[in-house]
Amino acid sequence: MAVQFTLNGNPVTLDADPDMPLLWAVRDEIGLTGSKFGCGKAQCGACTMHVDGSPVRSCSTPLSAVAGSNVTTIEGLNGKVAEAVQAAWIKHEVAQCGYCQSGQIMSAVALLADNNKPTDDDIDAAMQGNICRCATYVRIRSAIHDAAKTLRA
Amino acid sequence: MTEQSPITMPETSRRRFLQGSAAIAAGLVIGFHWMPRNAIAATAAGATTDGRLNPLGETMNAFIRISPDNTVTVLSKHLEMGQGTYTGLATIVAEELDADWSQIRTEGAPANAKLYNNLAFGTVQGTGGSTAIANSYDQLRKAGAMARAMLIAAAAEKWSVPAGEITVQKGVVSHAKSGKAASFGELAQDAARQMPPTEVKLKDPAQFQYIGKAVARIDAPAKSTGKAQYALDVKLPGMLIAQVQHPPRFGGKVKGVDASKAKKVPGVVDVVQISSGVAVVARNFWAATKGREALSIEWDDSQAEKRSSDQIMAEYRELAKRPGLPARRDGDVDAAFAKAAKVIEATYDFPYLAHAPMEPLDCVVKLDADGAEIWAGDQFQTIDQANAARVLGLKPEQVKINTLFAGGSFGRRANAVSDYVVEGAEIAKAIQGKAPVKLIWTRENDIQGGRYRPMYHHAMAAALDDKGEIIGWRHRIVGQSIMAGTPFEPVMVKNGVDGTSVEGAATLPYAIPNLSVELHTTQAGVPVLWWRSVGSTHTAFATEVFLDEIALATNQDPLKLRQKLLSGHPRHLGALNLAAEKANWSSALPAGRMRGIAVHESFHSYVAEVAEVSIKPDGSWRIEKVTAAVDCGVAVNPNIIAAQIEGGIGYGLSPVLFNGISLKDGVVEQSNFDDYEVLRIDQMPQVEVHIVPSTEKPTGVGEPGVPPIAPAVANALMAATKQRFRALPLPAKITSA
Repeated sequence: MAVQFTLNGNPVTLDADPDMPLLWAVRDEIGLTGSKFGCGKAQCGACTMHVDGSPVRSCSTPLSAVAGSNVTTIEGLNGKVAEAVQAAWIKHEVAQCGYCQSGQIMSAVALLADNNKPTDDDIDAAMQGNICRCATYVRIRSAIHDAAKTLRA
Repeated sequence: MTEQSPITMPETSRRRFLQGSAAIAAGLVIGFHWMPRNAIAATAAGATTDGRLNPLGETMNAFIRISPDNTVTVLSKHLEMGQGTYTGLATIVAEELDADWSQIRTEGAPANAKLYNNLAFGTVQGTGGSTAIANSYDQLRKAGAMARAMLIAAAAEKWSVPAGEITVQKGVVSHAKSGKAASFGELAQDAARQMPPTEVKLKDPAQFQYIGKAVARIDAPAKSTGKAQYALDVKLPGMLIAQVQHPPRFGGKVKGVDASKAKKVPGVVDVVQISSGVAVVARNFWAATKGREALSIEWDDSQAEKRSSDQIMAEYRELAKRPGLPARRDGDVDAAFAKAAKVIEATYDFPYLAHAPMEPLDCVVKLDADGAEIWAGDQFQTIDQANAARVLGLKPEQVKINTLFAGGSFGRRANAVSDYVVEGAEIAKAIQGKAPVKLIWTRENDIQGGRYRPMYHHAMAAALDDKGEIIGWRHRIVGQSIMAGTPFEPVMVKNGVDGTSVEGAATLPYAIPNLSVELHTTQAGVPVLWWRSVGSTHTAFATEVFLDEIALATNQDPLKLRQKLLSGHPRHLGALNLAAEKANWSSALPAGRMRGIAVHESFHSYVAEVAEVSIKPDGSWRIEKVTAAVDCGVAVNPNIIAAQIEGGIGYGLSPVLFNGISLKDGVVEQSNFDDYEVLRIDQMPQVEVHIVPSTEKPTGVGEPGVPPIAPAVANALMAATKQRFRALPLPAKITSA
């Protein structure tokens, strides 16, 4: 059964198992590899994409659930919030191994799109689902505050 | 399981193997080899800083390629797994080359131990032991200076001017008198034809413009845009995806497989038996997942480890009651205890720990008529090359390894049996190389797949005289050897003592006249491995917490006690004093807050950490702030050093706060991040990192930030509650004594 949705602004029709997780549909069938596999059960956030603007763990989202939706991956991020976040990520040299950072950035962009003055508690709540084994958390926090400042300016 | 490898290690000492600067100090040859022109350009296909192929160009030497478009590609013999080595190594080259930082790229070097061996590992190309900067520092300074000299020689020839009048600055070669100038790119072709000079003069460190100045991390843009390439991201034409089912118990074997259901899953191409289990090969990951779920496997557990971890620990406790093999003996410990006015005793327990890097183990293997090609976040190129070659019936040089970025490792990707690479090779061979195969471990494979930080039990005793001075110290360690059964055993295990089991304990810096460190090496069927900071993951806790127990029992300030006992160790003392000063150690804290301190040397870097914890009336507690000081010699990149210490603290906090790996009747009880919890952002303390100024040779920072954090936190809790904390993880809630 073919599933239709919009991926990074482009219409996509995929003839794949509707139970296939969105992560693997995007990685294996479409070939966009910025979103990563970390746990397969919505525990680590490395696979985070936006579905209709909300952060979603794509490893545990069946393809059928995004029929008709707008899906955005790290490759399709654009706009003021994304630019501010990615610039802050580079400036603060957040990434170490970098593997989880696509997911971290997707969660951070979703947070700042809703709230351009997040407190530390807001950041904890929004980012708690994203594990970083390199523990870049100190810099994630400062990069989010910095990006928020840019967005308020 | 066949724990064998065709690799032999040269006869270097243990400290040389793990601690690069020791190797250099001992006068190991700083190897420098020359390749035919463009031979490297033709073979390199490793991870690049922007996720795209770097421009080809002229090979100046094994480490430097300059292209006509003026980019300088530094070939990194070390894996970039997050520790910042691509930036650090490129910084060293750029410094002596006088390049402009914006023209520098980095690329993973091919597997070629003649060119790219880790000078601290003898003839093995690999990354570990926090050696990358230490073993490369002189080598890459020389490589950069030589390439610079060749650029100058080319310019002198071209302009017919004396080489001595030519200067190089920020990537521009110029001759002031004639007003001539050229970029590196313009001179590259002629420079590559110059004879490499036999001797070069290195810069006076006072003239450094990049080293010590925190240049921008070179992989930050690619890793902030999803462009960085990991093994998971490799896609080759016709490539198939494989998943593996391992036996439920370590040492188990396949008795029988019914693959009929799995083979009916749409997209499943094949089911093959390999030495470590059963692999499902499919057109995509999802089909492999469903195929693996449909497998019916009967396991033979006759040779498997069937004990529970509690049972193994109980055996360790019994062993600790008897003397072990000596790892260090100073003075007369028995006499000291015989005349002691007071004896303090404590035991400490540490569970097995999984590394759990974010990128589960994965690799791509492609077989063809001439040999094999592997793509991986490869940490042990020479060993993986040899093990893959053995499995495939090839010569090592027929196995080409492309080293990509690794999504973390913490030691896991470097192991003597090359477990995941061998699995990939066995699967590729089992399907007769009809397609390239990407093996992807699931998180469950990773958490349950073994090669853990060993479980340990420590028994400690201190003899105090009537003034409370420590006159005797006995430290017994019980646990499995990481090195036994590996090719490193002849070098690393001396007189029955695996140096990695006792490092940090046998190297105790405190001035104690009578001291005995003993080891009981145990046998268990659970495969074990080095885990970020290796022996110091447990020895730092046992020694530093026990010292605080002594301080508490004798009513001494933990900082002052350390200062007193470290008078002969200025670098420990320097880090300790800086951390204490920056944390305002002696200032008062609000009620419910307390500080703890610990200092520890690992891999020749000295780190002290002060942890500030808060305890709520209900007994729950959190780590509010950590102030760290590090002495790692010359600070090549202060910002990356800070990042590594921050990350080391965060990595070291997971086993402080959460359970480790436990076994029930031989079966691992944890499987994913829901039951093997790791640190998340809401538990991360504020961290402040201070660097001790130093002109000593640079040493590593990937691991040394880890050891002091667990004891610093436990010591803070002890100071706050007067209770003793003798096992990791620490209790989630403090209950009143």
